[in-house]
Amino acid sequence: MASYSTNEFRSGLKVLLDGDPCIILENEFVKPGKGQAFNRVKLRNLMTNRVWERTFKSGESLEAADVIDQDMEYLYTDGEFWHFMLTDGSFEQYPADAKAVGDTLKWLKEQDVYTVTLYNGAPLSVTPPNFVELEVVDTDPGMKGDTAQGGSKPATLSTGAVVSVPLFITTGEVLKVDTRSGEYVNRVKSS
Amino acid sequence: MTKEPVWQPSASQAALESRAQQLAFVRGFFAQRGVLEVETPILGQRGVTDPNLDGIQAHVAAGTRTGGWLQTSPEYHMKRLLAAGYGSVYQVSRVFRNGELGRRHNPEFSMLEWYREGFDDVALMAEVSDLVCGWLGCQPPEAIRYRDAMECWAKVNPFEATDRELARRCEQWLEPEQLADLGRDGCLDLLMSFAVEPNLGMQRPEFITGYPASQASLARVSMSGGHETAHRFELYINGLELCNGYWELTDPQEQRRRFEADNEQRRRSGKPEMALDEAFLAALGQGLPECSGVALGLDRLLMVKLGARDIREVLAFPFERA
Repeated sequence: MASYSTNEFRSGLKVLLDGDPCIILENEFVKPGKGQAFNRVKLRNLMTNRVWERTFKSGESLEAADVIDQDMEYLYTDGEFWHFMLTDGSFEQYPADAKAVGDTLKWLKEQDVYTVTLYNGAPLSVTPPNFVELEVVDTDPGMKGDTAQGGSKPATLSTGAVVSVPLFITTGEVLKVDTRSGEYVNRVKSS
Repeated sequence: MTKEPVWQPSASQAALESRAQQLAFVRGFFAQRGVLEVETPILGQRGVTDPNLDGIQAHVAAGTRTGGWLQTSPEYHMKRLLAAGYGSVYQVSRVFRNGELGRRHNPEFSMLEWYREGFDDVALMAEVSDLVCGWLGCQPPEAIRYRDAMECWAKVNPFEATDRELARRCEQWLEPEQLADLGRDGCLDLLMSFAVEPNLGMQRPEFITGYPASQASLARVSMSGGHETAHRFELYINGLELCNGYWELTDPQEQRRRFEADNEQRRRSGKPEMALDEAFLAALGQGLPECSGVALGLDRLLMVKLGARDIREVLAFPFERA
């Protein structure tokens, strides 16, 4: 496997540190005019999501982590694994465990496309698109005369996610939701 | 993934105007003091032995010469002018250092370097103060000994601590296996960069003086407070290192010995050895007059003037856009 020397460090680089795949978030080059150079590096451990700060001497290197992001369609779950398929026409399938799926579980809809991060060929994490469209399966009935700014109520979506929606939303409607904030954006259509 | 090239400059027009004013100020300052402006080669035949400086190799073929190095500083050529009897000289030049890229570094940068015949380090520090504070309009710097700065901010005596104690002190930043081959000066550099430097020059500019003899580079060394210390100084403002000056070493044998020690250290750390600059050593053999010299980073001085956080704010086209 390739390795990266300190002068190749940059944010976004995926490396192995203490055996775990990490992504470099920040890299600061520190050097006295006369004297030893160092790199002060902030990394996120992709296994634990913890952020680490480490110092490296100029010239030290880290092994590259075999981490790649792939677009995959979500197929189904067998209860233990969530199965995804590459969208490049190869039909290659990858089973992701609960740890890899994580919080994305509440945005998973069959046939939608997600970013699956593979580490050594196995799913490490699943990232939803920024916006998903999901159907409301349960919410209090809308009341006549409610307006857009007239308050909010919880609505349960087809994936089980609960989002705060305006009072006029009714069961059966499809909503656009921002997965980063978990917030309602707008109605897509009425069914 | 190929990224679109960025064609726009990264410095504002106002920053470039200030850069031009700074250059005019520098030239006026030295004209008034009768110091000669010179231009010496940026492309030299030899590089430097300094184990912590990586030059950029050029592949020139002209006449009977091949190879060459972009200079990390115009020091050797300028000292040859002094040895030839040309008196005090200054130069504004581009210098090159491989691998140096960050918020405060660009592999190509602007250096103001000058040599004053008959000056010792104290006299030159006064002149640096006049120049820097004349341009920035700041109060004159305070001088602090390296030892006192280290004791104050890194809680360690750089002359008396054992190698083991120094390494201990560095464990906050490095793992034991990283420390194994860092060495005494590497530990001191780490403590200087991470524990001391961020605190220097915050209230007013500060000179650091009296470096350990092992960090003398091209400065002369004398006994001070029972320890061999180098007549070397640096200036800091807002935690930013601005210049590095020496009461210059004039002894050719001692200079050769230091170059060879540099190469020995390069060998140990797996870096290529560098051919010695024999023309420079020959000039020292002829006799370098008593002098002090200093190199000041003009991009960083402009950063202080403009309150810039990143060197790219003061460079028309930083390395990424060059």
